[in-house]
Amino acid sequence: MKKLEASGLTTEEIIQAYRTILLGRRLDERLWQLTRIGKTSFNISGQGHEVGQVAMAMAFQPEKDYFLPYYRDMSACLVWGMTPKDILLGSLGKEDDPSSHGRQMPNHYGSKEHNIVSHSSTVSTQFPLATGVAYGAQLKKADYVTLTATGEGAANQGEVQEAMNFAGVKKLPMVFVIENNGYAISVGVDEQYANEKMSDRGPAYGFPGIQVNGNDFAETYLAFKKAADNARSGKGPTLIELMVTRLTSHSADDDHSIYRTKEDLAGLREKDGLTLFEKQLIEEGYLSQEELKAIDSDLRKEIDQATEAAERMPDPTADSILDQVYAD
Amino acid sequence: MTMAMMTYLEAIKKGIEEEMARDERVVIFGEDVGGVKGGVFGVTKGLAEKFGEERCFNTPLTEGQIGGLAVGLGLVGYRPIGEFQFADYILPAVNQLISEASRMRYRTKGDWTAPVVYRAPYGGGVRGGLYHSQSTEKVLFGQPGLRIVTPSSPHDAKGLIKAAIRCDDPVLFYEHKRLYRLLKEDVPEEDYTVPLDKANVVREGEDLTVIAYGMVLNHALKAAETLSEEGIEAEIVDVRSLYPLDKETLVKAAKKTGKVLLVTEDNLEGSIMSEISAVIAEEALFDLDAPIRRLAGPDSPSMPYAIALERAFLVDEDKVRTAMRELAEF
Repeated sequence: MKKLEASGLTTEEIIQAYRTILLGRRLDERLWQLTRIGKTSFNISGQGHEVGQVAMAMAFQPEKDYFLPYYRDMSACLVWGMTPKDILLGSLGKEDDPSSHGRQMPNHYGSKEHNIVSHSSTVSTQFPLATGVAYGAQLKKADYVTLTATGEGAANQGEVQEAMNFAGVKKLPMVFVIENNGYAISVGVDEQYANEKMSDRGPAYGFPGIQVNGNDFAETYLAFKKAADNARSGKGPTLIELMVTRLTSHSADDDHSIYRTKEDLAGLREKDGLTLFEKQLIEEGYLSQEELKAIDSDLRKEIDQATEAAERMPDPTADSILDQVYAD
Repeated sequence: MTMAMMTYLEAIKKGIEEEMARDERVVIFGEDVGGVKGGVFGVTKGLAEKFGEERCFNTPLTEGQIGGLAVGLGLVGYRPIGEFQFADYILPAVNQLISEASRMRYRTKGDWTAPVVYRAPYGGGVRGGLYHSQSTEKVLFGQPGLRIVTPSSPHDAKGLIKAAIRCDDPVLFYEHKRLYRLLKEDVPEEDYTVPLDKANVVREGEDLTVIAYGMVLNHALKAAETLSEEGIEAEIVDVRSLYPLDKETLVKAAKKTGKVLLVTEDNLEGSIMSEISAVIAEEALFDLDAPIRRLAGPDSPSMPYAIALERAFLVDEDKVRTAMRELAEF
């Protein structure tokens, strides 16, 4: 793995990255707890994707760049500006949930305020939308970049190929990411695609395709930085296949122990990007073990406070069922 | 008011052209839409030259992409018009139209919206066989959040397309391909719009009410003239707003004569007329003097190619006249 300083980021930025990575983990753990005690109905998590997502998102300019995420992208959405309370409001189905005002299932992240576009559950429908957002930048002569994400299973949808093909034709200012955690619910990659790398599909549509190790913070950050810079400077799109680990079951309604091997499950801890990142932070002299613990303690408090605050917020009322079906 | 003689096709083109000149956020795209060709029917001919290749452009042959590209442009403030070359080819894009366009506003409670127009030539009688003849509007009917409209005259064609482009909701704009060059009338050269949510009583009468749209509406209008000579006066309503339906106008027209004939060139079963029939049954039953009647295509999967088969499928003027006379005499 690359040294963290190779990223070119400052010490403060790297420590901030760690806070967000850990926040993503702790917040997701809270969502699982809320699901298990029946306060929310569902959770689908990005545990094992956090390092890659945070490194990815930090390469963009959230104040103007657009993000069309998929359901595991909580940590990237935190970088883009969403708060733990925003995420919790969604899982609890509250009126002030910025993603959907309590209308979508948990983990369907979006926020108009933060340029994060709402997504559906019919996977990868956001890809064609992202090309429209990106074409808008060309029409406006604006310098924003559009990032859109999906998983390696959903990347086989026809709309993904259609969108990437169009992006290649128009040299759109955008970045596609396929977060490859090796499983589409229970189905492994051998049954999902035959090419060696998902990233090979980039050149098939006339633009670069790069596979990066999502546990390698600096490598991931640099790859996305280059892709974002290329997009911003008119050089067209890039596809990045972000290799990550799925540490949990597919969702709260799944049990991965029935289809993953004992060896696979036993090896997960060693592939946990969070642990590897903490090891790097200590070895490379950014933070001590005590400082890591202090950050963890701060974040746990922050999440407790956010949970209490979110739970106190009002639910949507039944009489709003027909609000915003059409414009007035 | 200055008028100009225009075909249905020219009226649609004129409406788009006026809106593109009026609002630079309006962009239009689809298969063969840009360049010098300007669409397989020529609706967008000249627009690329006039407004530039960035605002009027070709897409690859990918209908799902056309559907989603429009929504994405709508998200960032544009007024996109996506053309599906034939309404039959909308099927690969249904996911984008239903999962994205029609739900964007609702699933974000208005934070994000999809102010897009999808144009699609529909309808048979052009020797188009199974996949160039269909009335696919029923596939997308009953999707709250999405509007479906279709003009049945040049006047409405121009006013409706302009209203659709200005509308903040996603609008599916169906154009009857046989009417493109068949209908010609004086159309105002001024700026005007036709409401997207109103049916239109196009002929008044006391003896029976015909509810229809598109080609078969024009058959009903012609049949009504000959029936008038027989002493039968038909009230004829153009549905125009296919979804959501203008129930008020439809029910009022049904109650007026007490005899209702619903005509569609789509299959009999599961068409838009099935819903209209239910609405009238619920809201006007005690004002009816005869059972509601539907005249429609047979329940074959689509319109076949061979002349005899196509004719067997099509609801033509004679079939409409016969059904109208029978109901009037009930």
